Amino acid sequence: MDITVRILRYNPEKDEKPYFVDYSVPNVSPDWRLLDVLHEIKWKLDGTLTFRRSCAHGICGSDGMKVNGKNRLACSVLLKDLNMKKTVVIEPLPSLPIIKDLVVDMSSFFSKYEVIKPYLISKTPPPPNSERIQSNEDAEKLFESAKCILCACCTTSCPSTWTNENYIGPAAFLKAYRFVFDTRDDAADERLDIIDNPDGVWRCHTIFNCIETCPKEINITWHISQLKKKISSREM
Amino acid sequence: MIKNYDVIIIGAGGAGLRAAVEIPKEYSCAVLSKVFPPRSHTGTAQGGVCAALGNMEDDSWENHAFDTVKGSDYLGDQDAIETMCKDAIRAVMELEHMGLPFSRNEDGKIAQRKFGGHTKPADPNDPYGKRIPVMRACYSADRTGHVMLQTLFENCIKNNVDFYSEYFVTDIIIEDNVCKGVAAFNIATGEVTVFHAKAVMFATGGYGRVFRITSNAHVGTGDGTALIYKNGLPLEDMEFFQFHPTGLWRLGILVSEAARGEGGILKNKDGERFMQRYAPTVMDLAPRDMVSRAIISEIREGRGIKGSDGTDYVLLDVSHLGKKVIDEKLPEITGFARTYLGVEPTKEPIPIQPTAHYAMGGIPTNANCEVYSDEKGNTVKGLYAAGECACVSVHGGNRLGTNSLLDIIVFGRRGGKAISEFLKTAGFAEIKENHETKTKDKISKVINNQGEEKVYKLRTELQEWMMDKCGIFRNEADLKEMVEKLKELKERFKKISIQDKGTVFNTDLMEAMELDNLLVNAEATVYSALNRQESRGAHMREDFPNRDDEKWMKHSFIFMNENTPEIKTRPVTVTKYKPMERKY
Repeated sequence: MDITVRILRYNPEKDEKPYFVDYSVPNVSPDWRLLDVLHEIKWKLDGTLTFRRSCAHGICGSDGMKVNGKNRLACSVLLKDLNMKKTVVIEPLPSLPIIKDLVVDMSSFFSKYEVIKPYLISKTPPPPNSERIQSNEDAEKLFESAKCILCACCTTSCPSTWTNENYIGPAAFLKAYRFVFDTRDDAADERLDIIDNPDGVWRCHTIFNCIETCPKEINITWHISQLKKKISSREM
Repeated sequence: MIKNYDVIIIGAGGAGLRAAVEIPKEYSCAVLSKVFPPRSHTGTAQGGVCAALGNMEDDSWENHAFDTVKGSDYLGDQDAIETMCKDAIRAVMELEHMGLPFSRNEDGKIAQRKFGGHTKPADPNDPYGKRIPVMRACYSADRTGHVMLQTLFENCIKNNVDFYSEYFVTDIIIEDNVCKGVAAFNIATGEVTVFHAKAVMFATGGYGRVFRITSNAHVGTGDGTALIYKNGLPLEDMEFFQFHPTGLWRLGILVSEAARGEGGILKNKDGERFMQRYAPTVMDLAPRDMVSRAIISEIREGRGIKGSDGTDYVLLDVSHLGKKVIDEKLPEITGFARTYLGVEPTKEPIPIQPTAHYAMGGIPTNANCEVYSDEKGNTVKGLYAAGECACVSVHGGNRLGTNSLLDIIVFGRRGGKAISEFLKTAGFAEIKENHETKTKDKISKVINNQGEEKVYKLRTELQEWMMDKCGIFRNEADLKEMVEKLKELKERFKKISIQDKGTVFNTDLMEAMELDNLLVNAEATVYSALNRQESRGAHMREDFPNRDDEKWMKHSFIFMNENTPEIKTRPVTVTKYKPMERKY
């Protein structure tokens, strides 16, 4: 079976602007990952094609890219889930500067993540020789948000990100939730102050792109709504 | 460009990040990594981290140490193992204090579950009698490595650690037995930097990518072990490479031992629970080397199932555990089965086959992570290693499940502490050679090389041959063939050409350099395997099927040489655990 993929290429050392190149890849199988097709191109057809990847099974978050208009991890998309008869269009994650081909500059994404203080802040010292007590019910409330692999699929899929580069974005909010709702954390107010502003959670217009795109199937909008509720209740 | 730091850590997985957290603020510390820290391979660990907390049932660190020694097939250094298992309890509590979201038991304490090879005496009054599985693995669903990596990364951000992400290290600077830094290039720009340092720590991970079927990420190319070896320093116990029994068929993606810890069972094509023939007491929870051999034996004897790709597999059945347990405790791995194989684990068994998983061997160090320059225990001043790239040795011939996450947090911290102590008196030693030029030459040599050979082709041949000739079962004839093949591949590597000639994010260049490193790791593995004429842990020689403590209860130290590598040995440190037959 053959497949045709159309990839947005850009090499800053040569090209003035990005352009599409079509690759016809022979002998692919429906149970291949899209990442396998990219490797097939890189290894056999065009060694200059550039993309990030590492674990190849949806844990490391390296290979986020736009596939037929939707942000996905190339290693988590199987060919049989695409229409193989039609050309598959692959572009870099939107709204971040392109370094080369499918590789984007992630620095603004990570600095927004750092803004929300993504670490446990406890005002009381932990017990010296044992764990802090937390019910399994309370622990499991954090698990969905803790699944986040920081692939940036959600943040770069959000129209609020496209129109305002200062928007903190869904991935960072999810991390904020992870700590604001951790019974061991004492800095909820500090974090809520950071996201309670026009570049914060209020710019989330519940468009749901983040949920649709999240490769870990996290209900991000729900988590953001909990943060909004928490901010509102604190003002009452 | 030259940058000065008190300490440079290479690798941003668990060991590197844990070490970075330990460096006091008065010292400048930078972490170099070829990927962003949260992309590191630690994140793919699933099942748990063991510590004898006793949260679910009585347990002791001595039980844990006994299991680790026995699991290592008596090749692990017992003093280091005792240090690790004793410190495990503090180390896990520390992670909890750092914020790691553990699953909890009914009392709100860290939850624990069973894992392969982790046992305790059935009768507490008979410590050397029959042993039964114990709940010792602390976990966060089946994403323990992921949340550990996240938590350590978060704590580095809290501590303002400097990161140089997407930097590829090309050289380590050792002059007169003193480590003075590393040379690296920025992948995004191609710019070369010499990092001049008082202390350097390697936390560069494993080299599973030498094998065709592996659970290891594409980054797992043993860059650190290769650099050490190429600089004339030894590598220890490289013949011991663990195959995890349950890799997803065809893809090698890890299906955690937690699946069996929660009650999953292995079945052959007749639906028989075959592990009861190989390990009557612990059955499916036998250590990984034994389970992997059992699977291959089943397949060889015709009780495997032929897959569409021509390879054989057996079945891992978790369906009887029920949807609730599967969804709560094994969500990630059952998700892999659904996504990649279209299998619904709540209803049908998962096709699995052994997958190359973990290097027990690596850069030899003492328990303070100081790197040995020889088999006698002399060290290189200012050079440290921790994690999978290192060999302390706490895993010996076979690592127990969960002990890798434990290794990185215990020895990452110990390395960080030792470096902090060293920095109190250390200064910058002058670098004699121009390593910036050296690295630039190295890069331009790869970019401008003209030849017919292709990187992917050589790498694929290496991986297929290593799988066939140096995998779970080995023998002299196969290993000798592999030696010849490696010589051929190394010659052909000289004739590679790459297509991408640019300086910006040249992954073509990186893949060539990584292949060079894979070839080096393969060489050390194959020669060490050929040399060791016994079977121990993960190293199974069909022509020497028994363990031979008299001749071989010792570590291999392999040194690069002009033609054939030189292999020396170092005695195993024994405290109180006398070697006995390894049965489960």
